[in-house]
Amino acid sequence: MSKKIKIALVGNPNSGKSSVFNALTGLNQKVANFPGVTVEKKMGFATLKSERGETIQAEIIDLPGTYSLYPKSPEEIVPFQLLCDPQNESHPELTIVVADGANLKRNLFLCSQLIDLKIPVIIVINMMDIVRFKKIEIDFKKLSAIFGVPVIPMNARKQEGVKELKAAITQTLSVPIHDSINIRSFAPEVVDTIRETVVVQSNYNAFLVANNLDLITNFEIPEFKKEKIRAACAQYNFNPQQMQARETLERYKVISAIIADAVKSPDMPVQTTHSYRIDNILTHRIWGYFIFLAVLFIIFQAIFSWATYPMDLIDSGFTWLNSQVKSSLPPGLINDLIVNGILAGLNGIVVFIPQIALLFFFVATLEDTGYMSRVSFIMDNLMRKFGLNGKSLIPLMSGVACAVPAIMSTRTIQNWKERLITIMVTPLMSCSARLPVYTLLIALIIPKDYVYGINLQGLVLMLLYLVGFVSAITAAWVMKHIINSKEKSYFVMELPMYRVPRWSTIGIHIAEKVKVFLFDAGKVIVSISIVLWFLSSFGPSGEFDRIEAKYSIPAVHANLPESEINHRIQSEKLENSYAGKLGHLIQPVIAPLGYDWKIGVALITSFAAREVFVGTMSTLYSVGDEESTKKTLKEKMTNEINPVTGGPRYTFAVGLSLMLFYAFAMQCVSTIAVVYRETKKAKYPLIQILYMSGMAYLVSFVAYQLFK
Amino acid sequence: MGKDVRFLSELKRGQSGLIDSFTDYELSLKLLEMGCIPGEPVEVIRIAPLGDPIAISVSGYMLSLRKNEAATVRIRI
Repeated sequence: MSKKIKIALVGNPNSGKSSVFNALTGLNQKVANFPGVTVEKKMGFATLKSERGETIQAEIIDLPGTYSLYPKSPEEIVPFQLLCDPQNESHPELTIVVADGANLKRNLFLCSQLIDLKIPVIIVINMMDIVRFKKIEIDFKKLSAIFGVPVIPMNARKQEGVKELKAAITQTLSVPIHDSINIRSFAPEVVDTIRETVVVQSNYNAFLVANNLDLITNFEIPEFKKEKIRAACAQYNFNPQQMQARETLERYKVISAIIADAVKSPDMPVQTTHSYRIDNILTHRIWGYFIFLAVLFIIFQAIFSWATYPMDLIDSGFTWLNSQVKSSLPPGLINDLIVNGILAGLNGIVVFIPQIALLFFFVATLEDTGYMSRVSFIMDNLMRKFGLNGKSLIPLMSGVACAVPAIMSTRTIQNWKERLITIMVTPLMSCSARLPVYTLLIALIIPKDYVYGINLQGLVLMLLYLVGFVSAITAAWVMKHIINSKEKSYFVMELPMYRVPRWSTIGIHIAEKVKVFLFDAGKVIVSISIVLWFLSSFGPSGEFDRIEAKYSIPAVHANLPESEINHRIQSEKLENSYAGKLGHLIQPVIAPLGYDWKIGVALITSFAAREVFVGTMSTLYSVGDEESTKKTLKEKMTNEINPVTGGPRYTFAVGLSLMLFYAFAMQCVSTIAVVYRETKKAKYPLIQILYMSGMAYLVSFVAYQLFK
Repeated sequence: MGKDVRFLSELKRGQSGLIDSFTDYELSLKLLEMGCIPGEPVEVIRIAPLGDPIAISVSGYMLSLRKNEAATVRIRI
């Protein structure tokens, strides 16, 4: 016998919900999107055995953290719709609500709302290690009796209580018997009307429908029924805000009584906690900022030097693979496609995994320890002046890794204007896709020297990140004055206790991100590599034959060695290929920035994704050079001669102008798509492309003209 | 009674009181939900280095809010 069950995992932010999720499902997870919205739908699966030997297949949805069922941000609308619409396809048969045991009062608020919804509920009291540390005594039996649902103590980080939770899931599910509060008495006529009109599971469900009538667009309620509900609300003076306030007060009254009855916590002044002492330093008016800067500095120096070891290894691995394939396969088109098209592209992706993994390691760790919210706390006053929210710093900092998840994480900002500005400027932050471009160019134009013990290349890299940050906040400041909004902005935010990071959670997070990069970005990169290989290996009909014919007349180049003739044929072919034509086409436009047609080709392909620049360059430079498999791209680019000056192609001015172009230009199809999805208007990504690319052109032009 | 009522924004670091009432209906809904209930004791634990926002201890945890938000909360000292 096997049975399926849909479970929703809900809880306050910082309640350790994801630890519980990981403890239940292990690595058996997948991430998708909820239909219609861009909120991540994290699903996991677990196979459980009941006492009677029945096998139960549990499908668990990890819902975004929320403080109550009243949605105030798009992230909170998802739990609301899923739980309050019995006809929703993901409507759960069981809800596990995770509560922070050291912070029960506020956490039980959501629990009591869920109990009144009348979906079967299991309450997990998490963070038992802190509960014991704070010497809080919780009477679980009493809590369970009062709420009429199973209450399970857990320390999900240490797997404590997992067995008990699994056992509780397999038990016969029954809806909670008691109501926490008598919600019908608030508005009996309205509640009754709704219960008669639409499918709801409880009085509280009906009450929430009345309260959020405008939000429930995804519910399958026909308009005439909505009208009926509206009429009832009007007739009986149902005031949503007043009702919500009354409900909240009533619930807290009940919860206070429950806590007085079932929980004993010693009076522990905040000033004696370790979090308070850590905050004394981390939010200090001097040390706080110093440490924040130091953290950023360490991250960038680290990813620049640590990551080089695995990266060099990957690079030489591919070089070896290249020469193996080249010599073992018969020469010809297929050989050429694999070596110069596919392998070159693959190398371009795989080589950056170490940096991406390291970067996400730092970002996830800062988030998990609780430090990120302190960054918001000490930066808010400053950020607000630029039209941003203290919370904008988290997307902005995540933008250092990738603008795509960063822009999605702006959903925590409730104020539309601040959120929009954050979305608009986040792509200016130096994302990890720029890193390959920067790395290559820095290696080309900046000497590998140390000044006062500081790696010069690392320093330039940090300056580029700073350029990204400064331009982002400058753009934000300008937009603050352009965009009009009457909406109020809230900052109200929990400062969670400092915690040791959960390495397994961080590990899973990193693996997820690397996977997304490999398969989503990777697909684009490999396809473009192949297209590019084609573009640079073929030309308009007749062109290649003409070149062959030209060089086949023995008398013309008789004085040159054969290898030199071959080299000339190759490079002339490349220049006359489709790719060469494309690059030449835009050359007049980019010449003032110091770019040639090869860079032009790379700029064009980079509009799909910035990191493609490196792949394009290596493909462009591997075609036309017989020795290509034995040299790295950097060596080839260093040796490139500017035919006009006779000096190196990649001078300081050209390199600088290119780096600045990549710092400013909007060259990422995925980001454009996400901005469109998040703003639901085509004009925002369009404005973004125009203002960023305009800035890129201007700044690169000035830089090249100044330094050339 | 002669109880001193002040706004939360006027409290200095280390000062405490009981939440009395709110002046902004919409914001009060959010604050109520976060456990800022009338009658609940609050203490100003920290003021951000740039003078704003502030961090208070309420309902057993730390909550940060901006000065202008704290200015909507009346406190009985």
